[in-house]
Amino acid sequence: MSDYNFAYLDEQTKRMIRRAILKGVAIPGYQVPFASREMPMPYGWGTGGVQVTAACLTPDDTLKVIDQGADDTTNAVSIRKFFENTAQVDVTECTQEASVIQTRHRIPEEPLTEDQILVYQVPIPEPLRFLEPRETETRKMHALEEYGLMHVKLYEDIARHGHIATSYAYPVKVEDRYVMDPSPIPKFDNPRLESAAIQLFGAGREQRIYAVPPYTKVVSLDFEDHPFEQMKAEQDCDLCGAGHTYLDEVIVNDQGGRMFVCSDTNYCATRCDAGHRGRLSPEEDAA
Amino acid sequence: MYVAVKGGERAIDNAHDWLAEERRGDPEVAELSLAQIREQMALAIHRVMAEGSLYDPDLAALAIKQSRGDLIEAIFLIRAYRTTLPRIGYSDPVETGSMICDRRISATFKDAPGGQVLGPTFDYTHRLLDFKLVADGEAPVADSAEPQTENIPRITDFLNRDGLIQTETPSDATPPDMTREPMEYPANRALRLQALTRGDEGFVLGMAYSTQRGYGRNHPFVGELRIGKVQVEMEIPELGFAIKIGEVTLTECETVNQFTGSKTEPPQFTRGYGLVFGQSERKAISMALVDRALRWKELGEDNMGAPAQDEEFVLSHSDNIQATGFLEHIKLPHYVDFQSELELIRKLRAEAMAATQKEAAE
Amino acid sequence: MTPLLSVSNIQKTYGHRIGCTGVNFDLYPGEVMGIVGESGSGKSTLLNCLAGHLEPDQGEVLFDTRAEGLRDTMTMSEPERRMLARTDWAFVHQNARDGLRMGVSAGGNVGERLMAVGARHYGNIREQAIDWLGRVEITEDRVDDRPSDFSGGMQQRLQIARNLVTGPRLVFMDEPTGGLDVSVQARLLDLLRGLVREMGLSAIIVTHDLAVVRLLADRLMVMKSGHLVESGLTDQVLDDPQHTYTQLLVSSVLQV
Repeated sequence: MSDYNFAYLDEQTKRMIRRAILKGVAIPGYQVPFASREMPMPYGWGTGGVQVTAACLTPDDTLKVIDQGADDTTNAVSIRKFFENTAQVDVTECTQEASVIQTRHRIPEEPLTEDQILVYQVPIPEPLRFLEPRETETRKMHALEEYGLMHVKLYEDIARHGHIATSYAYPVKVEDRYVMDPSPIPKFDNPRLESAAIQLFGAGREQRIYAVPPYTKVVSLDFEDHPFEQMKAEQDCDLCGAGHTYLDEVIVNDQGGRMFVCSDTNYCATRCDAGHRGRLSPEEDAA
Repeated sequence: MYVAVKGGERAIDNAHDWLAEERRGDPEVAELSLAQIREQMALAIHRVMAEGSLYDPDLAALAIKQSRGDLIEAIFLIRAYRTTLPRIGYSDPVETGSMICDRRISATFKDAPGGQVLGPTFDYTHRLLDFKLVADGEAPVADSAEPQTENIPRITDFLNRDGLIQTETPSDATPPDMTREPMEYPANRALRLQALTRGDEGFVLGMAYSTQRGYGRNHPFVGELRIGKVQVEMEIPELGFAIKIGEVTLTECETVNQFTGSKTEPPQFTRGYGLVFGQSERKAISMALVDRALRWKELGEDNMGAPAQDEEFVLSHSDNIQATGFLEHIKLPHYVDFQSELELIRKLRAEAMAATQKEAAE
Repeated sequence: MTPLLSVSNIQKTYGHRIGCTGVNFDLYPGEVMGIVGESGSGKSTLLNCLAGHLEPDQGEVLFDTRAEGLRDTMTMSEPERRMLARTDWAFVHQNARDGLRMGVSAGGNVGERLMAVGARHYGNIREQAIDWLGRVEITEDRVDDRPSDFSGGMQQRLQIARNLVTGPRLVFMDEPTGGLDVSVQARLLDLLRGLVREMGLSAIIVTHDLAVVRLLADRLMVMKSGHLVESGLTDQVLDDPQHTYTQLLVSSVLQV
């Protein structure tokens, strides 16, 4: 294969993406159209996130890539390898060591700092899409702040189920202006959308980039008398004992026995290394 | 004892090794050469070039070989490659009027200057499996005829001369490039045609077929279908004039459709247009029908709610690389979101059951 | 006093056929204007031109906006017109399905406009919705039902509630009692009359039914083949019609 430019994309393309990112940062929560390129991985598999990351990376960066909170899921491995090959940047599994983190469907448990960029992979950027399929119409709704329909949906949920029935990709209002889809993170992660880091959202197939700058107000939509609730399994992590993290439920035997483990593998491993123990941690060996 | 699932990287490497083995197939069997694919699977090559938006038969052959015959996978390879190519400039619009036609037919007239030239078509074959092809045989040779010397005139020009068909007004405006700008609706005709020519053949075919079955109807006749080579010319700034940089095979279809009139104009036939790389008739005709269906607004027709009239619907779903990417992404892990749904449903069920028990108690 | 709506020279043609032409009138706050005529008279075309659903070939429709006084709605930008349609204007469709979200509960339908202008307390929204449903004689136990479960008359009453909940100043109604049987019509008319008076609404009502205008409208316009043939106070026009067509209309009403 011929030589590729740093991080695969040519400089013109990176410039175009950076302009879109700047627009997004200037208008928090607003979806900026951008000319998404065809990438070597399929649409729907993170091309938006990859393009945003490629536009942000410098040779001095340290990159972390996670999927479902884990560094070792196949798609995270594939994307990390892509950047190792095309950018030769340092990579890490440790959240605190990373300067750029690309994520699919989770926010790391460890609070992020002003020196970090979090890049989200977004399948459907439009929060109103399943209420109104036409782009021509949703564009107007955002421009005119016509978000009544969104609240009607929440009203209907409460009327039918007694609760708002959205558990992930829970819509938020950014800086009191734009309603935004935070990507399919569990609603448990929504409070962490208010962050010291720069958060960038890339949707390749749908050709949109949006952003939440540091210390931006992000409010999950709700009703005054049905306020937003974080939700997670009641258990603690069976490996590190954490009671405050989002947990994966793992089926461990044919009888349907279950265990619960931190979805953020690095966070869990760090806690275990520091001596925390859970219900199913291995017995302490004699040294 | 639970051990977190690791080894994703090794799993991927092993998967790729096995894939390479499967791609090659039985080593006792001769390996496919690019030349064989290019020569003997020409129509697959043409489809890959058309939907990959890249005219290069050898690259298309490589893509088909690498993708084990999955044409959408091959198109994906071509698209990804195309992204990396530098843009040197834009050619002049090709002049299909000067096409050296291998095939040229019209359904609207029994005969016309230029004649009905069948070309190398499947149209009149009887679809019977030819078992002679099981074994290698002698290369068939067809008789030759006098080559075309002059431009073949367009059928629609004859209709145009009498004012019977809408005139297409030429324009010098630069058309949008949908691979360089994000898609925006409403889309003008140039942008719609771009999207259609690189859209999935099956999808565009289905949409076209729907218009013939009552989902919107525009009475299409194939005014002219021509297939052949056209020259590609490009203006070179250093020279100050245009030179020929190559030639491509194109299929062009002009349909003559239902007539319409307005407050000021007497009735005229209307047009649909299809243009595709290679010998891709099915696609070109489908494209012309869908093009015409999408023109309902500018022609003052009613929106009958037919899917083929819905611009956003047709154009958003015509790209098979986008479609397959998103479709197949559901194979990726979604267990975190699924976990949220599990928690929610457990909660709702618990509340519902508590409510029934409470009611029963009262 | 400034008219709420001032209409001049509205004309809409379809090829050689006249949709409506030569319409001029002023409507004042609290006034109800009826537009009558048989099918094909142009009354619906006129209503749709006034409400901004159809673009007339010529004419002005000036509305007294709260912020900027008289504005020509024909030349307004789309965002402005949409805002108007959500706040100061309401449109009651002949077919209730066109004016409702069929997939949303009755409560959601009524609550939508409230939520669109910032209501954020579920309990209050629901209470207001139930209150309004009560005012249009829909019982509280139907608040979570979908309109598809309602009778035609109920759907129409729901549409009215949905439109009036945010207190618009001008309501357009297109055959509001069309397709309903006689006793249901009577109830609906009574309801409308009460609401219009109570809320001080201005309204423009299109109907082929003279009984509707007799009951609801202060003034009347009679359309025939796209032309305005007579106008004036309702009682005057109905009791003492001047134009031969109006005379025909009035005399052909079945005396029951």
